[in-house]
Order: sequence, then C-alpha cells, then structure tokens
Amino acid sequence: MAKIVVVTSGKGGVGKTTSSAAIGAGLARAGHRTAIVDFDVGLRNLDLIMGLERRVVYDFVNVINEEATLNQALIRDKRVDNLFILAASQTRDKDALTDDGVERVLTEMSKDFDYIVCDSPAGIERGALMAMYFADEAIVVTNPEVSSVRDSDRVLGILSSKTRRAANGQPKVREHLLLTRYSPARVQRGEMLSVEDVKEILAIDLLGVIPESQSVLTASNAGVPVILEEESDAGQAYQDAVARFLGEERPHRFVSNEKKGLFGRLFGS
Amino acid sequence: MSQARASNPVLEFKGRLMTLTILRLLDSSVEVLARELDRRVKEAPAFFRHLPVIIDVGEVASSDLHEDLPGLVELLRTRDLVPVAIRGGDARWAEAADAAGLSVYAAERDPVARRQAPVEDDAAPAAAAAPASTAEPVVERTGGLVVTQPVRSGQQIYARGGDLVLLAQVSPGAEVLADGHIHCYGTLNGRALAGVRGDTEARIFCQSFRADLVSIAGIYSISEQFDEALTGKPVSVSLHGDTLRIERL
Ligand SMILES: Nc1ncnc2c1ncn2[C@@H]1O[C@H](COP(=O)(O)OP(=O)(O)OP(=O)(O)O)[C@@H](O)[C@H]1O
Ligand SMILES: [Mg+2]
Repeated sequence: MAKIVVVTSGKGGVGKTTSSAAIGAGLARAGHRTAIVDFDVGLRNLDLIMGLERRVVYDFVNVINEEATLNQALIRDKRVDNLFILAASQTRDKDALTDDGVERVLTEMSKDFDYIVCDSPAGIERGALMAMYFADEAIVVTNPEVSSVRDSDRVLGILSSKTRRAANGQPKVREHLLLTRYSPARVQRGEMLSVEDVKEILAIDLLGVIPESQSVLTASNAGVPVILEEESDAGQAYQDAVARFLGEERPHRFVSNEKKGLFGRLFGS
Repeated sequence: MSQARASNPVLEFKGRLMTLTILRLLDSSVEVLARELDRRVKEAPAFFRHLPVIIDVGEVASSDLHEDLPGLVELLRTRDLVPVAIRGGDARWAEAADAAGLSVYAAERDPVARRQAPVEDDAAPAAAAAPASTAEPVVERTGGLVVTQPVRSGQQIYARGGDLVLLAQVSPGAEVLADGHIHCYGTLNGRALAGVRGDTEARIFCQSFRADLVSIAGIYSISEQFDEALTGKPVSVSLHGDTLRIERL
C-alpha cells in the first residue's frame, strides 16, 4: 500500500511543483517506487519542470475517463529508477477530476507504488481539496512571508477536518512544514519572517528549509529536478528534507547568513 | 464516496454562527431616533458602515412605531446601515417587517426563552456591539468542549452551553466562541467571544494574548484598544458593567 503525500500550500507560486519534483525524485533515488501526480489540471507544468513534456501521450484525466490505462499514462523517468509521472491534462478543467475517478486511480496506483506524491494546484478550491482528500501525509510549502503563512495555516485546518482520514476518523494526516525561497540575508534585514517565526505560527514539524536559489530556475529550465543538482544549495537542502522525511535526523543548513566560502561563491546562489 | 461530494454544487446553505449587532429601540419617535442615530454614526462612521443590524423592537412593541417601520428602515439605509430583521413585537410588527422586506427574529430566539427551547445551528449567538439583553443570563451549562488541535485560520469553534478549553493555539483569522468561559493554553490570536448568549460572568483566559478581538456577553474590544504591554502575556478578560477589563494573570 502506497503512502499518499500531498504537496500543498494555499498560496500560489511558492514552490509546490518544484518541491514535488525534487521530493519525488529523492524518494525514488532512495529506492522507493514513486509516482508524482499532477493535480493542476489546465496548467500542467510538472512535466515541464521534469523535462518530460514531449513524452506525454495520455494524462491523469484520460485515465479517469478510462480512455487510457494507468500503464499507458505513467511516464517512466529515464534518469532516476523507480520514478514515474502522471501528467495533468492541458486541455481540460478541474471538473474533469471526479471524486470517484481520482479515488479509483489512486487506489489502483497504491498497489504498485511505495509513495504517491500529489502536486496540488494553488488555492483551496476543488482541485486543491481533491489533491488533499486522500493524503496520508502533507508537505505544506510555505514562503517566509505573512500571506503565505496565513494560507498554510488555513490549509492545515482543512487537512485536519476535510480529508478522508478525518471523514473516517482515522489518525490525522501527518503534517510537515517545508519553508522555501528562504533568504537569510533578507530575514536579517527584517524583510522576511524567520524560520522561528514561521514555526511558532504554524506549530508543525519542520521538514526542511530550501534557500532562495538561482539553481532552482536553472534546473527547471533544463528540465531537471533540482535535487539531482548535487552541488547546488537548493538541491542539498531537498536531499536533507527527503532524508528527514524517511526518518533520518539531519541538522538544518542554509538558515543563517554566514559568509560564503569559495565553494559557495562558485556554486551557490 | 458520498453523493454530496460527487456532485458539483452551485450553491450551499450553511448553518453559521455569526455575531450580529442588535439595535434596540428605546423611544418610539422616529425624529428622536434619527437624531440619536446621527450622533452615534458621526462618532464612529467606519464602524457603522454596511453594518448588518437586527432591530429589537421589544421596548417599543406597544407603540405605533411599526407604522413607521418602512421610514425607519430607509433612515438606517441612508446612513449605510443594513437592517436585516426585527426582533420582538406582535403580528402587527411581523406584517410591517414583511412589507419592509425584513425577516422576523422571534423573541424565542433571545437568551431568556432559550432556557426552554434548544438552540438551533443558525441562531445568532450574540449581539457584538450592543449589550445583548438586559435580561438575566440563563444559559444552561452543559459539559463544555476540549479542543486539542490548533484552531486554524478560517475555522470557527463554538462550545454551546459550556466552556471552551483550547489546549493548542488559536491562529490569526480563526474564531472561538463559548456560552461560558474560554481557556486557551496556547497563543490566542484571532477572535474570542465568551458568554455569547449573554452570560456577563463569563471570562476569557489565555497563556499568550495576541487576539484581534475579545468579547464577553456582546461587549467587545478590538486590538487597537488593547494595552500594548499585555501583548504576548497571560491575561484574563472579564466584564465589569459595560467595560471589559483585560488584566495580567
Ligand atoms: N528555492 C527557490 N529559489 C528560487 N526560485 C524558486 C525556488 N522555489 C521555487 N522557485 C521559483 O518560483 C516559481 C514558482 O515555483 P513553482 O512552480 O514550483 O510553484 P507552485 O507553488 O507550484 O506554483 P503554482 O501555485 O502556480 O502551482 C518558479 O519560477 C520557480 O522556479
Ligand atoms: Mg505548481
């Protein structure tokens, strides 16, 4: 039985898709059979970030509508073993994701995979609720600013009350905070909330802090999940986050504003 | 999965607890009321703008003011208030309200009569701005509610008929209400309303005070009015006459 992990945020553009790709790839590299499912119907950019857009033949909606089988629609990543993508449709709207359809597809996938990572659309509307509904674990992606933190708080309320686990009275969805686009320099100047501020407001476990980094943009333009860029600060931060997700303890890096050494100047942001 | 989730709803009716302002009429002359209203609105125009109100006619029910109800409604509307219903009065009043496009809140819905009648989900628990009622608070206390999870932004929790005990935080944008006391052992952000059915003895206690609004029996105070020295401190909020007292614990 797969664990279903939703990557969600409420606010748009905070790094959900970037994180879904990185964490999905990280889990697969750790030997877990992993699928990343794009719930952002109509926009479809997971496959772009993963560099797979030209290999999409069938998508999530085709499988829901039984126009294709799961095996036809799942795209196998050529760089990372055990990693598969189920793309979103570009031509449909969010109503194409029916409750029963989504449940059926996730149930079928659960038999074959260890992890199913659901990349949620922004907002707290139907598409986002659907991505959250079946989750066992949630990675709440938050930027260090007030509006993003407020939206994450709202999403945490929904996770505790409007998911399958809540409806069935099962143990609650396990919540992880992933703080992204973090800039220690801007925190020091008082332009952003600090890690401590955000932890205090949201009061959930900190899975990782991903620094604001040029390497994210470079990697996504190249169609490579940034976690595969071993030398980059963001890539390393995602590696730490995946290790913590799998139970390892690691100190948080990239949270303070120390001077960059030669290495940092060459490879950092 | 349930049918309700499977269909794609275009509208939804939801029972919600809202704090509503009650405008009690204590004089049956439209002129006198108009003058007083103007004076009040001038004091705090922003507060009154688009404020939904229930007109409580209990005190003037025996007068002929109901004949002037359309005029009174017009008067309120031109001052940017939004009358939504009347409360109290007899059949003559109900008819006048109907003609003026207002609904009628039966007098049974006020705290006194609730002793006999169980409360419904759609009942408005309190009048935020006005002292809810001069009647004795007679809300029956039952068990109370203990909440272990944080109350998140956009969520609302109401302990009907008792105390509300919050073991974790209340987030900004959340609202907690109780007929009795509210105890919060985490940080209290958002809005906290105790004694919402008129219990003036109800109190609010919290470990770390960062609320946007606190209210007891309809008397409320907002963060601008709080003493800054109390921010983040353990406090208790209690009602003394018409004033809220916020003190360090
Ligand atoms: N750590 C980071 N450093 C710098 N840029 C980042 C970082 N994380 C994400 N970005 C950039 O932010 C933008 C939004 O990222 P992404 O698409 O992952 O967000 P999203 O939450 O999925 O957005 P949406 O809500 O639209 O689905 C992208 O341009 C991405 O390259
Ligand atoms: Mg996205």
